[in-house]
Amino acid sequence: MLDDFFSRALVAGIGLALVAGPLGCFIVWRRMAYFGDTMAHSALLGVALAFLLNINLTLGVFLVAAMVSVALLVLQRWNTLSTDALLGILSHSTLAIGLVLVAFMTWVRIDLMGFLFGDILSVSVTDIAVIWAGGAAVLVVLIAMWRPLLASTVNDEVAEAEGLRPEVSRFVYMLLLAVVIAIAMKLVGVLLITSLLIIPAATARRLSMSPEQMAVLSALIGAVAVTGGLFGSLHYDTPSGPSIVVAALLLFVLSIVIPVQRMRKRRLEAANGP
Amino acid sequence: MDARNPRETVVKVSGAGVKRGDRWLVEGVDLTIRRGEIVTLIGPNGSGKSTTAKIVTGVLKPSTGTVERAPSLTVGYVPQKLNIDWTLPLTVKRLMTLTGRYPVSAVAAALDATGISHLANDEVQHLSGGEFQRALLARAMIRRPDLLVLDEPVQGVDFNGEVALYDLIKKIRDETQCGVLLISHDLHVVMAETDTVICLNGHVCCQGSPSSVARSPEYLELFGARAAATLAIYQHHHDHTHLPDGRVMESDGTVVAAHDHHHGHDHHDHAGHDHA
Repeated sequence: MLDDFFSRALVAGIGLALVAGPLGCFIVWRRMAYFGDTMAHSALLGVALAFLLNINLTLGVFLVAAMVSVALLVLQRWNTLSTDALLGILSHSTLAIGLVLVAFMTWVRIDLMGFLFGDILSVSVTDIAVIWAGGAAVLVVLIAMWRPLLASTVNDEVAEAEGLRPEVSRFVYMLLLAVVIAIAMKLVGVLLITSLLIIPAATARRLSMSPEQMAVLSALIGAVAVTGGLFGSLHYDTPSGPSIVVAALLLFVLSIVIPVQRMRKRRLEAANGP
Repeated sequence: MDARNPRETVVKVSGAGVKRGDRWLVEGVDLTIRRGEIVTLIGPNGSGKSTTAKIVTGVLKPSTGTVERAPSLTVGYVPQKLNIDWTLPLTVKRLMTLTGRYPVSAVAAALDATGISHLANDEVQHLSGGEFQRALLARAMIRRPDLLVLDEPVQGVDFNGEVALYDLIKKIRDETQCGVLLISHDLHVVMAETDTVICLNGHVCCQGSPSSVARSPEYLELFGARAAATLAIYQHHHDHTHLPDGRVMESDGTVVAAHDHHHGHDHHDHAGHDHA
């Protein structure tokens, strides 16, 4: 089954979607979309450093993304600039430094487009193993710290006063995000990673009654988007990464439109009823 | 700490202060909270009320002084502000198990005690101010806390709602025999059951029973004689409470449907509603 590039892409993409959805819910709940973007952009610096220091690419991306989140925590303590401005600085400077470094390293040939927009059709069986093993590990940790993380999402003070440790769960969450960005980069690229985290979660919102339901639904919705996007890109001969994002967007639009129609119908029935 | 000895000390803070940079947020805080006791903090904005509450809950480590907390203390905390993003689907029922796991029966009991059973499956973002405060109280209550810390729990609630919430706090105190630290948003009104009023202004300027604080020179200096003249104590003038779901809670804590309830009191402070 994994002999053919298309099924490999499908298995890898679904594996990523299953973990990106639940993790992305927290990005949406905590209003961290820009933070996710910043970490994703820093991945290119990770790529450049990995080539420079000759270390594993995924490891390099993870380390840089984790360092960026630590840098943000430290800078926030200084209380000088708003988080928003700090993120803007970190996001674009890490991306720019990455691009500059890549240009300096004339001795390596780097497929820049592949890193910016991903190349899901070129994933190997090893990549799939990394995605599923890494994804499973991330999900296990996320489930283990679900309650404190959710409590601190609702209110840090309550979580802390009642004996949970919000700082710890927040930091672990950032590390999980770094892991997912590291394994996602090859599939959808640094510029599109956050869309896989945010769009399925936003789509699940209107259909969910509880945080847990929303996490599970966003994983499923992400998997549907990956499948739809990949088949779409095969059929229309479009780039695979962007096609997945477009498929996710279509599902999001559907989720907005459908309940509205149902509500309208109900209102009509109420108006026409006895 | 399961043995609920009355009068047992839950938290004792001595000479505590918190310094941020060169500035003391609060200093010289001495206070003791015992089981079944209600301690109310009053003071102007920026006087260190919330900081003091954080010292008590253990969220902030004091820069000086000591905090002695009873071993394995369970804290229930009702924050001043709780903005829950619309993107988080959270029902009242789910809010109850936010920081701990509790059986369904305990959740039902807490919702029933606070009179919001009918809202169990509503999203918290859709609750009114008073309903939301009740939900937060239910959430703190379900923990069977040794110490209940309430940061301006009646803020943004109309007068009748305020009275009902104070009744509810009293009921929780009576049922669980927890110590209560209440931060009041109002300088001049404290709950009648308050055992100790602590008046803060960067430091503890006076403390004691509500009536003694109202007479103390420090209070007069801080708020003026006019304020002292109006330091009111909220009293019970009624013998029952109307729960938001339409039922009525008698003064002995029993809950009856509205039509079974007989108005046997001469003073009534719930204006503007009809009794069928």
